[in-house]
Amino acid sequence: MCLAIPAKIEAIEGDTATVGLGGTRARVVVSLTPQVKCGDWVLVHAGYAITVLDEADAQETFAILRQMDALEGP
Amino acid sequence: MSGDDTILLAHGGGGQLTAELIEGVILPALGDAGGQEPACLADAAVLDPGAWCGGAAARLAMTTDTYVVQPLEFPGGDIGTLAVCGTVNDLAVAGATPRAMSMGLVLEEGLEISLLRRVLESAGRVAVEAGVRVVTGDTKVVERGALNGVMINTAAVGEVSPRADLGFGRIGAGDAVVLSGPLGEHGLAVMCRRKGLGLAGHLASDCAAIHGLTADLIEALGSDVHFMRDPTRGGLAATLVEIAAATGRDIQVRQQAIPVAPAALAAAEMLGLDLLTIANEGKLVAVVSAEAAENAVAILARHAIARRAVVIGQAGATADVPIVEMLTAAGGRRVVQMPYGEDLPRIC
Amino acid sequence: MTSLATLRAAIDEQGRRLAAAGRPRVQLMEICGTHTVAISRGGLRDLLPDGLRLVSGPGCPVCVTASGYLDRAMHLAARADVVIATYGDMVRVPGRSGSLEQARSAGAAVEVVYAAHEAVALARRTPGKQVVFLAIGFETTAPATALALQQARREGVDNFSILGAHKRVVPAMKALLGLPDVPIDGFLCPGHVSVIIGWRAYRPIAAAFGRPCVVAGFDDVQILAGIGEILRQLADAAPAACSVYPAVAADGNVRARQAIDEVFDVTDATWRALGCIGASGLDLKGEYADFDAVRRFDLPAMVDYDPPGCRCGDVICGRCLPADCELFGRSCTPRRPVGPCMVSSEGSCAAYFKYHWRPRPKASP
Repeated sequence: MCLAIPAKIEAIEGDTATVGLGGTRARVVVSLTPQVKCGDWVLVHAGYAITVLDEADAQETFAILRQMDALEGP
Repeated sequence: MSGDDTILLAHGGGGQLTAELIEGVILPALGDAGGQEPACLADAAVLDPGAWCGGAAARLAMTTDTYVVQPLEFPGGDIGTLAVCGTVNDLAVAGATPRAMSMGLVLEEGLEISLLRRVLESAGRVAVEAGVRVVTGDTKVVERGALNGVMINTAAVGEVSPRADLGFGRIGAGDAVVLSGPLGEHGLAVMCRRKGLGLAGHLASDCAAIHGLTADLIEALGSDVHFMRDPTRGGLAATLVEIAAATGRDIQVRQQAIPVAPAALAAAEMLGLDLLTIANEGKLVAVVSAEAAENAVAILARHAIARRAVVIGQAGATADVPIVEMLTAAGGRRVVQMPYGEDLPRIC
Repeated sequence: MTSLATLRAAIDEQGRRLAAAGRPRVQLMEICGTHTVAISRGGLRDLLPDGLRLVSGPGCPVCVTASGYLDRAMHLAARADVVIATYGDMVRVPGRSGSLEQARSAGAAVEVVYAAHEAVALARRTPGKQVVFLAIGFETTAPATALALQQARREGVDNFSILGAHKRVVPAMKALLGLPDVPIDGFLCPGHVSVIIGWRAYRPIAAAFGRPCVVAGFDDVQILAGIGEILRQLADAAPAACSVYPAVAADGNVRARQAIDEVFDVTDATWRALGCIGASGLDLKGEYADFDAVRRFDLPAMVDYDPPGCRCGDVICGRCLPADCELFGRSCTPRRPVGPCMVSSEGSCAAYFKYHWRPRPKASP
């Protein structure tokens, strides 16, 4: 029940972080993943990071990341 | 706030301030795309289609459109470029060369004149590139709050190529459906800007004039080009469903063939949207005879805005109730429906 | 990276083993609305063996919420002093007096938010109004609501309240297994609820009911891998709870569950079609009771209502497929939905319609 996507933490400001995916950025709340660091991948759902992802797992699991790898950059 | 910075109601009054606005802001901003001096303050522009077609009788195409995009400026374009490209493209897919357009502006009281200047300069630049002149216009001002900044209405005319023979009725079984490039960039760029999602410069509107593409196709392939459309509101899905409904034919497309840009894919995933339904403002869908498909792709791919042109599917047999079906990446099938119309943010 | 071809072959192989063992027909339930959408969008049902049938479960939070809830939301929306803050999913669901979208068009203040904290920010920005957040969803969104309430309480945002309808998935799974007329051989478990509750949460189901419970993510590879694992467990007669989705830990997100525990009590809750299910709902704890819209406003009693002919209840129990409903594609379409399953973006009927519906020919023989 959930549209959640992987995104990379680019900056952390207290309870929120800026995350990026494919050039798009968003701000998410990271209170549910207090251990998160810059450079970590997180799973974002409805404005909140709900878990930290292992980068290799993230690449393997998420079609969108595989597709971004496969296509040339813009 | 002085009248030099923002639009006042009086700017729409038809008097001194209107004239100042036209001569001091609008015409200079449009530059070479606009008319000069008193001629363009006339009530009507007189056109000479004969000059366009070297004296031969020609069919004329005419189109009209209104632009209400929010926000007014977005990565890759603004309401000005959109107004020109959108209008030019409607003529282009009719097989016409855009020649002359009108521009009606409705401005909100309080609009910053610098913003107006910027969007009109954009419009002027794109119009010059497209070879179309803004030959007549109108300016009105409405009170603060009545609309969001600027609304632009356009109409445009151009002569239809004698080699063009386009229409739903020309589409036959086996015709190839050609798409000129990746989906969803315009709608997503606008939506990301509207929702405040930041951009790293990768996602920008694809807003562009496509008559270079259409003119080359018609010139080279003539009546082998059966139908053309630019997939704007409702995206590729709406265009394909309209074709199916109007021709009574099933349409099949292949997901693996459809180009998407990684940034657009990422934004669509973030917003929970279907790329097939998102507006494009610089793309072409062309339905051509099967024999001409390879040539069509090659002709398009010579253009910078259509490097990733590809055949994405074909028109099928007629059916009692025609559908658009997509072969998915996994090898299964799904139907493509007409999208509802408002994109809601999803969570779960 | 396992390819789709390998996964399909694995599914076919397990299907053959099951048939050879006298089980040619298997019915699996995908609980999560997002799974139904992903399966439909990917055309994945076409890739499965003939004897394997997938049915949807009560995985669309909007669909399982009793209709009386929406009537209460509409009642609040009609008040001039209230702004409704809601996820996009609720906006078009038809209640007895129309939808929130229609109410908005008639002048009601209805704001779509992406995140629960946006609703609190909205309340801060509009001090003269009461902002009521429609807090629906399973364990995935409950932590966000919990954090938002903690923030509102901490910052004294008194004009914020929630109309709560959060539900818990595992009790519903047990209730489904108690239905005598819905055979379920295994569960494809929701990916993101499981991020929060952990895959171990399904162990009681596997152990007590002997059903495989496999958590999968939402792309083609994940879903086929999950289905393959369920079939393997069935063929090996070794039902278990596990996950093929690396994002899901055995115990989930402890911090998120803590947030839920700080703000909510587990209570009984009423689900559409399934009735009252014990320990399946989340109600505000005493110290947060002030933020409960039911207490703050005078709301009508929850009266459930199902439009005549609507089989949303059967669809969410897996008792029927969308096309089995007489209204599907006829009087119930996304354009003119009768029930929530057709209008919610996670609803089964909406997914089947969008990705599979082929209209019947107009002329009948």
